[in-house]
Amino acid sequence: MKSIKKRAIKMATLISSVAVGALFAAGAALAEPAIIYDLGGKFDKSFNESAYNGAVGWSKKTGKSFREIELANDAQREQVLRKFASSGANPVVMAGFSWAAALSKVAPEFPDTNFALIDMVVDEPNVRSVVFNEHEGSYLVGALAAMKSKTGKIGFVGGMDIPLIHKFYCGYAQGAVAINPDIELFENYTGTTPAAWNDPVTAGELAKAAINRGADVIYAAAGGSGLGVLQAAADAGVYSIGVDSNQNYLQPGSVLTSMLKRVDVAVEKAFEDGTSGNWSSGINVMGLANDGVGWALDEYNKDLITDEMKAKADELAAKIISGEIVVHDYTTDSTCPVG
Amino acid sequence: MDLFNNIIFLLDSMVRLTVPLLLAALAGLYSERSGVFDIGLEGKMLAGAFGAAVVAYLTGNMWLGMFAGIIIGIAMALIHAIASITFRGNQIIAGVAINFLAAGLTVFLGQSWFKQGGRTPALPDGARFLSIDLPFAEQLKDVPFIGGIYSELISGHNIIVYIAFLLVPFTYWLLYKTRFGLRLRATGENPKAVDTAGVNVIWIRYKAVLICGMLTGLSGAYLSIALSAGFGNNMTAGMGFIALAALIFAKWRPFYVLYATLLFGFLNALQIRLQGVELPVIGEVPVQAIQALPYILTVVLLAGFIGKAVGPKAGGIPYVKER
Repeated sequence: MKSIKKRAIKMATLISSVAVGALFAAGAALAEPAIIYDLGGKFDKSFNESAYNGAVGWSKKTGKSFREIELANDAQREQVLRKFASSGANPVVMAGFSWAAALSKVAPEFPDTNFALIDMVVDEPNVRSVVFNEHEGSYLVGALAAMKSKTGKIGFVGGMDIPLIHKFYCGYAQGAVAINPDIELFENYTGTTPAAWNDPVTAGELAKAAINRGADVIYAAAGGSGLGVLQAAADAGVYSIGVDSNQNYLQPGSVLTSMLKRVDVAVEKAFEDGTSGNWSSGINVMGLANDGVGWALDEYNKDLITDEMKAKADELAAKIISGEIVVHDYTTDSTCPVG
Repeated sequence: MDLFNNIIFLLDSMVRLTVPLLLAALAGLYSERSGVFDIGLEGKMLAGAFGAAVVAYLTGNMWLGMFAGIIIGIAMALIHAIASITFRGNQIIAGVAINFLAAGLTVFLGQSWFKQGGRTPALPDGARFLSIDLPFAEQLKDVPFIGGIYSELISGHNIIVYIAFLLVPFTYWLLYKTRFGLRLRATGENPKAVDTAGVNVIWIRYKAVLICGMLTGLSGAYLSIALSAGFGNNMTAGMGFIALAALIFAKWRPFYVLYATLLFGFLNALQIRLQGVELPVIGEVPVQAIQALPYILTVVLLAGFIGKAVGPKAGGIPYVKER
């Protein structure tokens, strides 16, 4: 009886030591790509979710797994980044401009790890900075909003009050003014801290305020907070415009369109290049010309967009690509020519 | 007329934003008047909001959602009551524990059930409280002045808004005109005397704390299934603490609680409406300055105008029958 017990214990130790050994070996051998989301949360139906979809797309295509983590607060940034880099993840992709400070500190410490940063530029030899021409996509949805508006008043609800979101607004305003020079614009921001990405109640109130003042199309560039804007617009029977991911399905018949920002494409490409040895660092601009931005047309909004509107939007898109129309980028000089 | 309309819209928004604070502050009023400090209003609201959204989503019925929110609020209050009344634990610590518990548990359960990062799926129309129009609101709409006030400001809110405002006179009546109210207040001031009179102090405090749980649950349900359409991570965003401040600001009195929460609601609405609006003389005020406005005014009011706020004398002290 006793010997059986002893043997069993021996077996258990043996098995567990083998298992631990295997774990260590696996940890060393893996060079999985990693993605880190920003404070809006992985399933914000917008920016972070788009990044997630890109990672999942890569995983489905290659059958390999990736690592991911959601940030709980601002203070964790450096720690999380170091942890991933030192555990051998490669490449490490970060979604969100807020990573710039942490990354410029951590990137030189891990010269053999490749990093990709979305929405901001960090000038290090092992960093790929992906920036989007959001102003171009916003210009098109601004034009669509102006064509759809009956009152001649349209609104904008941004997330955190930062230059990047002003860039969305500025493009939107330029597009709207191009269609209707007399259009009235209401510009709002949910807050000044990262909490503004996840505050649908305040964002919804801002939308209601704009609707009360006569706006009948509202563009939400506010991450998770945008859901409150879409809801408020649907409740009031006016139109809204989604952002980053295709949000047309969230409130069918009320979401006029979504300004697509193909974060998923950027993430998927970074994973692909990083794991196959085709990595390139430097600045990577994604605009209308290379399908980095655009606007969504699907079964949920096809009845809202007339052929005429679509033709006009396509015409404007072609002109932007050819360089005939130059959409001003707010972040270059912190001013906006209109609105 | 345009100015008048703007004011009406501003007040309309004030009403919507006041309700969660009002319900939570009234909840705190019951609990604290009986001598149990409650710093866990925030956590109970959050748990109530989550419970309401989950049940409303699963059943598609807003009433079931609301009751679920209330039940969850009561369950959380029961934890507080057992810890701080029966086991005579520190009331503040029990409250803080409830806040942590709610913040963690809601996201954890939400993520494992719905896989949307702790958020619940958006609710369909039947599962949310929509605004109701009072009789004659439509007909009176075009009457100058009265029409604006009646049709926009008074009519067109959801049912929880009306319940919340009616709860103020009800609370006043209950606390000041009934035997239960007298006992509750006395328990918060001098539990020994109440005990001497043959009233069960423990039981009174339990009742007060459970009423508190009920109202915080309702407040949470309002947030998740009336004001918005679904639960979001940490969606109370400090409202429980603002309600607590309003309660102290109101010196633990029902009608003052109404005024205090209306003031906070008004400042919040003003902050939202003033964004990007040109003001006469001053011009456009920077967003940051406006967003700081409610907090600045709170500090000024608390520091300068309300005088000394003295809470219930026996507040914070667990009752021990014999020494």
